Amino acid sequence: MLKEKVVSEPIFPQAKAKKNKKLGDDALYGWLFASPWVIGLLVFFLIPLVSSLYFSLTTYGILQPGEFVGFQNYKDLMSDTVFWKSIYNTVYFVVFFVPLSIFFGVGLAMLLNMKVKGMSVYRTIFFLPTLVPSVAMAVLWMWLLNPGFGLVNGMLDVIGIQGPAWLGSETWSKPSLIMMSLWGIGQSVVIYLAGLNDIPQDYYEAGDIDGANWFDKMRSITLPLLTPVIFFNLVMGIIGAFQQFTLPYTMTGGRGTPADSMKFYVMYLYDNGFKFFKMGYASAMAWILFVIVIALTGIIFYTSKKWVHYQGE
Amino acid sequence: MTAKTNKTVKKSAAQIFLLIASVFFLAPFIWMVSTSLKALDQVYTFPPQWIPSPFVWKNYLDAIDYIPFFTFLSNTVIITVLSTLGVVLTSPLVAYSFAKFNWKGRDTLFFITIAVMMIPGQVTMIPLFLMFAKLDWIGTSLPLIIPAFFGVPFYIFLLRQFFLGLPNELKDAARIDGAGEFRTYWQIMLPLAKSAVLAVGLFQFMAAWTDFIGPLLYLTEPDSYTLSLGLQQFQSQKGTEWGLMMAVSTMMTVPIAILYFFLQKTFIQGITFSGIKG
Repeated sequence: MLKEKVVSEPIFPQAKAKKNKKLGDDALYGWLFASPWVIGLLVFFLIPLVSSLYFSLTTYGILQPGEFVGFQNYKDLMSDTVFWKSIYNTVYFVVFFVPLSIFFGVGLAMLLNMKVKGMSVYRTIFFLPTLVPSVAMAVLWMWLLNPGFGLVNGMLDVIGIQGPAWLGSETWSKPSLIMMSLWGIGQSVVIYLAGLNDIPQDYYEAGDIDGANWFDKMRSITLPLLTPVIFFNLVMGIIGAFQQFTLPYTMTGGRGTPADSMKFYVMYLYDNGFKFFKMGYASAMAWILFVIVIALTGIIFYTSKKWVHYQGE
Repeated sequence: MTAKTNKTVKKSAAQIFLLIASVFFLAPFIWMVSTSLKALDQVYTFPPQWIPSPFVWKNYLDAIDYIPFFTFLSNTVIITVLSTLGVVLTSPLVAYSFAKFNWKGRDTLFFITIAVMMIPGQVTMIPLFLMFAKLDWIGTSLPLIIPAFFGVPFYIFLLRQFFLGLPNELKDAARIDGAGEFRTYWQIMLPLAKSAVLAVGLFQFMAAWTDFIGPLLYLTEPDSYTLSLGLQQFQSQKGTEWGLMMAVSTMMTVPIAILYFFLQKTFIQGITFSGIKG
């Protein structure tokens, strides 16, 4: 400690001046280089964030100036049946899609990680659907799931099953959306695969010596060491799933049919803000979404201490 | 011996699963391209036929005329290219400031930058719309381009992590050689971060090319539609022209697929970097 202090004591006054100048330069250039983002952060994030909270307490709309109504919008939402329906639909999607995407994502990555022949070809095949623009994907799946002439019912017919009306059926519309979303999990497969590659081979060799079988190794090496990646995909998956918009909007022409079974949270928010011009009401919805997302992320982070294992800890 | 046979059996089983999965992942693509090459009467046949007979290009020609494809394509290209340019100009600059300069308030600002990544886009959507309306930018592509020039938090975060990995000695050496801060950044540090900048540029390119809600909010005139918005509008009006819509979908996907095949490594690295180290 003492020695360090002696060394850092300036021997020549110029040296100290130079160091101060360097720090001064750092401050100047630091702010200068960051300045576009300081403006961007204020104009495109912080000011809109605060305004949105304020709007949520007003009856603001494009057509009328609006007035301050306190928590009225939030109260009205609590008794809005379409709002609850949209929450139900969204939660339904999150609850089924997110776990399924982790299950299939990890599964496919594990198969790829067995160093089978043609691994990079398979990886490309699984990744390809993520390159299809969402609107094109929606239109493609409307056609695949077409009850009369689509490929899916055509294939089901071959094995003697009469397929349902899929997107036209209140029961099958959300499962259809989950199915097509699973088609696009290539990105997480790539992330899981990289996570699997990061697991040192030594662990498996140690497992072999101890006479562990495939199942043992999977349970005590692979899965625990993959938990940080699963954690990341879980958080991103939930945030993304709550903001589901483009697919159901395109497939239902923005209507959320049949019988509101495809009316997702953000679709209803969009309707309120930009179809009914109830911008205060829509802002209240946006803040409820924000709180839900933060709460869920918080819960996952909190519980992660119990189930996420980092290497070297 | 048994361990070895066991391993072969396992590999073969994996191979079979992967093949089945591949069929599910590939079939929609084949179906998309196949439908786009069919005449209308062949589109409506049951059971479905995989191979068009005869092959017709009519859907592609019609799409170009009817959608109108080239107008939407050039709108999409303009927005995509300019917003990507904005991202690669500003985000590395800001990230560099976070990683390589020591200034008061830096860590606080970085913390806020991470925090705003959590804000769902819907929260800021309405105030931003009203702000752009005041600027009289509704109906133009400016709201889809200009914000990119002011930095995007996720990209700043990724690039900062990358810059942190570059040794400070490089920067100091350049300074001793008399290079100014800006020249050090532009001629030494930025070229070293090329792969990360490319990855971020690709992310933005993809995001802008496929964006739907942005164009839906801001592009009010059919002349200014992007491909995504144009296809959605066409679908809602003429929802039964499957051959034509599959032709447009194919043409929208091909540029990204080509980009992927040329920059495969960057794609994969970028995604794994954001997923593992993020």
